[in-house]
Amino acid sequence: MHQTFDAALEMNLLHANQAGADHNREHFNEWGITCLNLMSSPGAGKTSLLEATLSALQSELAIAVIEGDMTTELDADRLRRCGVPVVAINTGRSCHLDARMVSGGIHQLKTLVDPQTIDLVVVENVGNLVCPAEFEVGEHAKVALLSVTEGEDKPLKYPVMFREADCLLITKTDLAPYLEVDLDRIMANVRQINPEVAIFPVSAKTGEGLADWLNWVRQATGRSIQPATIQPGDRVATLASV
Amino acid sequence: MHEVDMTRSLVLTLRDWWESQPDRPQISRVHLRVGDFTCVEPAGLVFAFDAYREGTFLSAAELVVESVPLVAFCHACQADYRPEMGLHYACPTCGAPMEDIRSGRELKISHIEYQNAHRETQTDRWAVA
Ligand SMILES: Nc1nc2c(ncn2[C@@H]2O[C@H](COP(=O)(O)OP(=O)(O)OP(=O)(O)O)[C@@H](O)[C@H]2O)c(=O)[nH]1
Ligand SMILES: [Mg+2]
Ligand SMILES: [Zn+2]
Ligand SMILES: [Zn+2]
Ligand SMILES: [Zn+2]
Repeated sequence: MHQTFDAALEMNLLHANQAGADHNREHFNEWGITCLNLMSSPGAGKTSLLEATLSALQSELAIAVIEGDMTTELDADRLRRCGVPVVAINTGRSCHLDARMVSGGIHQLKTLVDPQTIDLVVVENVGNLVCPAEFEVGEHAKVALLSVTEGEDKPLKYPVMFREADCLLITKTDLAPYLEVDLDRIMANVRQINPEVAIFPVSAKTGEGLADWLNWVRQATGRSIQPATIQPGDRVATLASV
Repeated sequence: MHEVDMTRSLVLTLRDWWESQPDRPQISRVHLRVGDFTCVEPAGLVFAFDAYREGTFLSAAELVVESVPLVAFCHACQADYRPEMGLHYACPTCGAPMEDIRSGRELKISHIEYQNAHRETQTDRWAVA
C-alpha cells in the first residue's frame, strides 16, 4: 500500500532556522530596527569597517552590534570603545551564527537598551566565507566583505555568499597598490554570479570609498542620503540601484 | 562543521514527523535533495547522520542524498545552461550574468521510506516533495 501524505509538509532542511530568522525579523520590524548581517572570511575587515561606520553614523543613527566571535570578546571590546551597545555571542566551535544564537543576542541586547530606541543592528558573523550565507539570522540585508588580499577568484570559488549578498564591500583598497590585484576583475567575477549586488571598494584605514557605503546604510535604514555628505565624484548612481 | 548543524535540524524535522505517526514506524531510508549551489557537502551530511543515528529512532535509517546540479536560465538566449562551478557562471553563449537559478539551491527532505512496526512486510512511502 502506497500512501502519500500531504504535500504541504514539504520540508526545507533549514526549516527550523528559517522560522527562527523570521521570528527575529518580526521583532526587528516591531521595533523599527533595520538589521544587517556582515559576512566575510576571517580578517577581511568586518570589525574595522564597523568601527569606521560607527564613528561616522553614530551622531545620526542609534546603532547596536551583535558580535559573533568564536571564543573571545576581543572584537566586542573594540566596538564597545566606540560607545555603542554591543552583545557578544559566544558561538563556541560553530562556524556560523544561526537564528537561535542571534535570538539570544537580541534578548541580551534588551537588557542593555530599549530596542524601540535603536535604528540599526549590525550582526558581525563568524569569519567564514562558506556557510554563514546559508543560515539567515533575521537580517534585512546581507553585506559581504572581500579584501583585496584574498584574490580575484574568491567569488568564483565561494559563490553562494556572493550570490546571496545585497551589498559587497571590497575592503583594504589602500593595500591594492602593493599587490597584483585587479579590482575590475573582482567586480566582474562578482557580477557574473550576482548582477544586482551593490559594490563599494573601501578602505577602513584611509576612509576611501566609505561615503558610498554610509549612504547605502542610510538608505537601508530608510533614511535618505544626507546631501552634505555627498562629495563630488561620489557614485550616487550606484545608490539609485540599491 | 555545519553539516552537524544541518543534521541536527534534519533530525528534529524527522522526529516531529515520527512522533506524529500513531504506530511509530521504523524509518529505513531518508531521501534528501541537495543542490550543488549550496554550502553542503553530501558526504559530510551522511557522515554526521551516521554518527548521530546510533541508538535513536533513526538507528535503522540510511541517508540517501541526491545531488541536484546548478542550472541557470539566460533571458537573452531564452535557454537553460549549466554554469561551471568554481570557474564560470555567466551564460556561455552570450556572456550575460547568472540571473535566474533554476535548480541547485535545494536543501530538501524529499521523502522517507519506512516499515510499519505492526505490518513488517509493507513499505509505505511518505512523499513530501
Ligand atoms: N591596510 C588595511 N588594513 C585593514 C583594513 N581593514 C582592516 N585591516 C586590518 O586587517 C586585520 C583584520 O581586520 P578585522 O577588522 O579584525 O577583520 P575581521 O573581519 O573583523 O576579522 P574576524 O572577525 O577575526 O574574522 C587587522 O589587522 C586590521 O587592522 C584596511 O582598510 N586597510
Ligand atoms: Mg571581527
Ligand atoms: Zn520573540
Ligand atoms: Zn557553518
Ligand atoms: Zn545567453
